[in-house]
Amino acid sequence: MKLLTHNFLTSNIIKGVKNGYPLSILPGKVEMKEVDFNPEFITRMLPKIEWSALQKAAKECGFEEGLPDTVGEEQLGDTDLLKRVHKALLEIEVVEGKLVCPESGREFPINNGIPNMLLNEDEV
Amino acid sequence: MAAPMNSNASSLQCKHGKTYLLYFANHHTDFRVAELVALADMFGIDLPVADLKFLDKECPFFVVHLSSEADAKQLASRSVLIKSIIELWGHGITHEDLFEDLRKSKDSVMSHLMDTASFKIVVDGFNKSLPQKYKVQRIERLTEDALPFSGKIDLKNPDQLYYLLEDYGKQSKNADSVPQHVYFGRWIADGNRNEIQNQEVNKRSFIGNTSMEASLSLLMANLSKVQKNMLVIDPFVGTGSILVPCAYHQAYVMGTDINYLLLHAKAKPSRHKQKTRSPDESIRNNLAGYGLEAYYGDIMVADASRHAMWRTTEIFDAIITDPPYGIREGAKKVGKEEAVTLTPDQRVDHIPQKVEYDLSNIFTDLLNFAYKFLRTGGRLTYWFPVHRANYKEENIPHHPSMRLVSNCEQTMNLRISRRLITMEKIQQYREDESLASQTHVDHYLNSSFRNMYFNVPENQQKSVTTEGNTPDSKKPP
Repeated sequence: MKLLTHNFLTSNIIKGVKNGYPLSILPGKVEMKEVDFNPEFITRMLPKIEWSALQKAAKECGFEEGLPDTVGEEQLGDTDLLKRVHKALLEIEVVEGKLVCPESGREFPINNGIPNMLLNEDEV
Repeated sequence: MAAPMNSNASSLQCKHGKTYLLYFANHHTDFRVAELVALADMFGIDLPVADLKFLDKECPFFVVHLSSEADAKQLASRSVLIKSIIELWGHGITHEDLFEDLRKSKDSVMSHLMDTASFKIVVDGFNKSLPQKYKVQRIERLTEDALPFSGKIDLKNPDQLYYLLEDYGKQSKNADSVPQHVYFGRWIADGNRNEIQNQEVNKRSFIGNTSMEASLSLLMANLSKVQKNMLVIDPFVGTGSILVPCAYHQAYVMGTDINYLLLHAKAKPSRHKQKTRSPDESIRNNLAGYGLEAYYGDIMVADASRHAMWRTTEIFDAIITDPPYGIREGAKKVGKEEAVTLTPDQRVDHIPQKVEYDLSNIFTDLLNFAYKFLRTGGRLTYWFPVHRANYKEENIPHHPSMRLVSNCEQTMNLRISRRLITMEKIQQYREDESLASQTHVDHYLNSSFRNMYFNVPENQQKSVTTEGNTPDSKKPP
């Protein structure tokens, strides 16, 4: 699972949960997988990204350095910054681990890089 | 009569630029207009849309006016239905008419005639295979009577390629038949049909029973206007066939599927004689096989009916999918038919029970999903299975903020077809319960699609071959 995906995920599917965002990451195995840098795509994605959630997620995966507290429009031309955002969004891969609902503590497993967001019968 | 109805407007030069002949493959014929319009829209090409109503599904030739050769090349670069685009120099009912027409346009093509560039003329017939001797005679007549080319003939590496095309129409297969219409022009570009072979499903490691065939996946990406740097999702991703052409067009792709075993390559294999799936079978590795792993977003095990798993924002540029209709793969969502209580031990790695996901609800849910998570201006493309005798346009679900762009039919047999629906989001999402998807008339109200599919009334048991559909495309969905 990439942090780009994580940034869009909530646990509001759980009965009674209202603020299931952002999901905490309990990493088991995290890898860095090189992905071609594409500044246009990163620039397109930035306005859709919840920045604080990305920062927190990167930290939980053990990658603290490099992400400033805020990103303003004037920084969009900063290739060096875009590269760091690229790394955080697309290159960090949670291969094994868990996503945790911040409100209920319900865990969603990640196996072989694939998060399992299914609920059990009695939770829907 | 296979002649194009708009032929009276077709001299080489016209007020809108030049006249081109679109030479279509005789396949997926109902999708031609929709693909052309989508591609013109995507590239900002001025296409005389009013003329498109003359496009005849039975005829692979269509004359169209475009402002420039660059436009023609751009259309061809993405089209999977166009074989070739030809700069039309002349045409007519008979070869004599054609020659007459060519003599009239001689002035405007003189530079090509006087050019010392080498050339080759290809003669091809629609609905009749032409003997080599006949082709040579035709070329000789043409160059002697109408177009005195000065360049040398080069069959291997010609500088210019010309096409002499004969349309024998639908019915005439006998040896003595004469063409109903003939065309001549300069080759401009081939369509993108080579990509169909390159992306053939059986060349991938990870496939399933219902994997979408390459030509249709490519077509779906075109109708959805998928381009570089977009983010695309298939909420019923299966083995990810629909995502392959999207990644090929340099869009980043995501998918969800409720089938845990399939996504983890533990489901029953669909290949003959294969006993278990190999652990490296995955959508990711399929993309990597094409050198497209960079565009792999993520695949998740998730229930597509639970929209709240996504943060409310306009995440996706396109949503492209083939929902399960319940013939080969049942439509499911998580639920319970009887009360289930799980002990904490059972919770770990528990695969939840699933209940049938009603087909009508799949589609209204899908439109609501698109309204919420699609970029305004973005497109939703999906297959909608229908019982042909009962189908009405009112069966297609609608949403006040989703505009119907195209609706094309692929016939499966006499009774059943599926329609490829493309919609565009025209208004930004806002929380308002009145803005929800509805179906005027529920197509699956009285009978499940599975029942419609299998309950064959006795007088209709004979299957029918429909123009433009190969036996391959008649596999049940």
